[in-house]
Amino acid sequence: MAGNAQNGREHQHTITALVQNHPGVLARVAGLFARRGYNIESLAVSVTENPDISRMTIVARGDDRVLEQITKQLNKLIEVIRVVDYVEHSAIERELALIKVNAEPKNRSEILQLAEVFRGRVIDVSEKTFLIELTGGPEKIDAFARLMAPYGIREMARTGVIAMARGTKTA
Amino acid sequence: MPRMSGAQILLECLRQEGVEYIFGYPGGAVLPIYDALYDFRDIKHILVRHEQGAAHMADGYARATGKVGVCLATSGPAATNLVTGIATAQMDSIPMVALTGQVRTTNIGKDAFQETDAIGITMPITKHNYLLKRTEDIPRVIAEAFYIARSGRPGPVLVDIPLDVSLGKIEWDPSQYEKDPDIPSYRPTYKGHEMQIRKAAQAIREAKRPILYVGGGAVQSGAQEEVTELSERTNILVTTTLMGKGAIDETHPNSLGMLGMHGTAYANYAVHNCDLLIAVGARFDDRVTGKLDQFAKYAKVIHIDIDPAEIGKVVHCDIPIVGDVKTVLRELLKYVEPRPATEWNRQIMEWKRKFPLVYPKDGQMHAEFVIDEIWRVTEGNAIITTGVGQHQMWAAQYYKVKRPRQFITSGGLGTMGYGLPAAIGVQLALPNETVVCIDGDGSFQMTVQELMTAVVYELPVIVAIINNRSLGMVRQWQELFWSERYSEVDLQASPDFVKLADAYGAIGMRVTEPEDVEPAMREAMSQRKKPVIIDFVVPTEENVYPMIPSGQSIEQMMLRKDLEQLRATVDTDGEEWSFADQEQILRQFVEQPARQ
Ligand SMILES: Cc1ncc(C[n+]2csc(CCOP(=O)(O)OP(=O)(O)O)c2C)c(N)n1
Ligand SMILES: [Mg+2]
Repeated sequence: MAGNAQNGREHQHTITALVQNHPGVLARVAGLFARRGYNIESLAVSVTENPDISRMTIVARGDDRVLEQITKQLNKLIEVIRVVDYVEHSAIERELALIKVNAEPKNRSEILQLAEVFRGRVIDVSEKTFLIELTGGPEKIDAFARLMAPYGIREMARTGVIAMARGTKTA
Repeated sequence: MPRMSGAQILLECLRQEGVEYIFGYPGGAVLPIYDALYDFRDIKHILVRHEQGAAHMADGYARATGKVGVCLATSGPAATNLVTGIATAQMDSIPMVALTGQVRTTNIGKDAFQETDAIGITMPITKHNYLLKRTEDIPRVIAEAFYIARSGRPGPVLVDIPLDVSLGKIEWDPSQYEKDPDIPSYRPTYKGHEMQIRKAAQAIREAKRPILYVGGGAVQSGAQEEVTELSERTNILVTTTLMGKGAIDETHPNSLGMLGMHGTAYANYAVHNCDLLIAVGARFDDRVTGKLDQFAKYAKVIHIDIDPAEIGKVVHCDIPIVGDVKTVLRELLKYVEPRPATEWNRQIMEWKRKFPLVYPKDGQMHAEFVIDEIWRVTEGNAIITTGVGQHQMWAAQYYKVKRPRQFITSGGLGTMGYGLPAAIGVQLALPNETVVCIDGDGSFQMTVQELMTAVVYELPVIVAIINNRSLGMVRQWQELFWSERYSEVDLQASPDFVKLADAYGAIGMRVTEPEDVEPAMREAMSQRKKPVIIDFVVPTEENVYPMIPSGQSIEQMMLRKDLEQLRATVDTDGEEWSFADQEQILRQFVEQPARQ
């Protein structure tokens, strides 16, 4: 039956778009999201094995219809070569975070231990801080950030998710 | 290999694309292009009076012919003047290439004189756009621009050309120009999926109350024959959108006219009660659907469209078919069997009898009467352009067109001022046709300067101003929904349009009496060298009906108050259905229409 197409439950989606490595492509993609009212949770862009092609990984929220529209609208951009929507957990997702945390002498060994559990690395040390590098899925980084919060996070930078399908499948 | 400047290369590319006219206006950043045009014989440049006019002319030319329209403007304020015209083309999917000058590449980003970011500004209102960086790239970019503009779902493409790029000289062999280049990341789908087409045929076979809802996509793909054949073979009646007018001859008994906010009551009842909605190249615009959860709520939906993103964008779709409308319908016709007219057809005809599209023939100069007369005098053959407002809706209701590309109007963007420049583009493309711009007194004044363009190029466009001395459509909304608080809609203060025509060197006439409409039109049509402005003085306080208020459903449809009396004046002879014994048929359908 006909009827409003805009309802249903919201999910988080990780979308990968292979795009031509032209100046302005990022503006087109970002403009599309802004114009059509789609929310971007994270966006990571870099060149691929082919220097003419860039890979954008976009994490967005919305119900299935909204996500279908996002995918279709992205595909309509002339410079977008292919779009893959990794629904839920069908792909490996990784993110890199740099976290500058307060490290008073009394807390240092505790922080080091926690970092080790998360396979994080301390890459810079000052009298008052550690700079920790951590990679993993977004949940892992969220969890580590929560654990660091009581010590006082001075600064945190995250790359945003990049994703790739398991096995031989490519985007 | 000849050594050529970027500007010369550009013109050579346009020539190879078959461009006949460039609508444009010169300036600093396009001087090399204008210099090259000076002795370029194969393309005629039309000097407009405002760049917005150039864009609408290119658009009108494109709508009338199906070819790509071309406009040209310098950088900065000229590029921004094109914006309304580009957005108008984008909303209605019109193939157009807009060329803009830009400051030298070395000055870009430095707030140079007359620098604006044309690419950034037009990104959301073009199908695609390009900033040229090197003279060598001109042929490839121009070829891509034309190909993208006309293929798939058409649309405007802007090419921004910095001064040093058009000045630069390179060796280039024009025979190397490659039309329709392959763009790997852009491959539109033309052929529909066969399984889906079979499913659609089956749905048509099973439907009890099917309706064809046909939009601008059918016009663009030239599918009148297919739409008509499908309708005739299956006896499925056809309603079109504003953009779809002409997808079937509107005097065909199977045509229900336009649907939506100001559509015919019978088309809207039919769509409301149908059990199968066959959407053909239409996009479920809110002016068509009104309240979404009420729109065609009993219907299964087949949606045929070349743009996959249109499918499921607004309403749920049961049988999506992505492809070119004409190609898909051709395939579909292979599977669709003849189907007799049913009670459903009779039901719709009954609605047509009960809720006819009428106006009083009471000796007054109603706008509807003027348009009806224009239709009669032109024998339904004129190409119509319009402004935006009441006159546009009345024109859509009363000027019944016979073929696609005959009704040219700004549907999606609703651009006042579109009519006259569009008419100029149409008249240039089709010099032997009668072109009538049915305009509003407000709309006309938005691009009136293009009258000069029409005079200079001796174009006999007829501008029929439906002069209600008012921003009538806004006045209507204020009357109906804003407690008659008429805020800033009075246009009593307007120039004398007859004198204005005279000042421009056009012919001006004023018509105040109904019996003078026909002679004035005949006189206008006999003019083949000069534009004619006819000031049709009509009453101010009249509304367009039927009307489904914005965001509401057919239950809130407003009909004209005197419909009851007027119904008797409608001649139903010659309709192909008999109207006997219809009351019981009415009852067997899902829902009774709101106002019986
Ligand atoms: C450029 C632009 N500005 C404003 C509007 C809003 N608008 C829609 S209809 C209308 C009134 C049009 O008046 P007129 O051209 O005289 O037509 P009428 O409704 O009186 O027939 C206005 C102001 C518009 N559609 N376009
Ligand atoms: Mg008016």
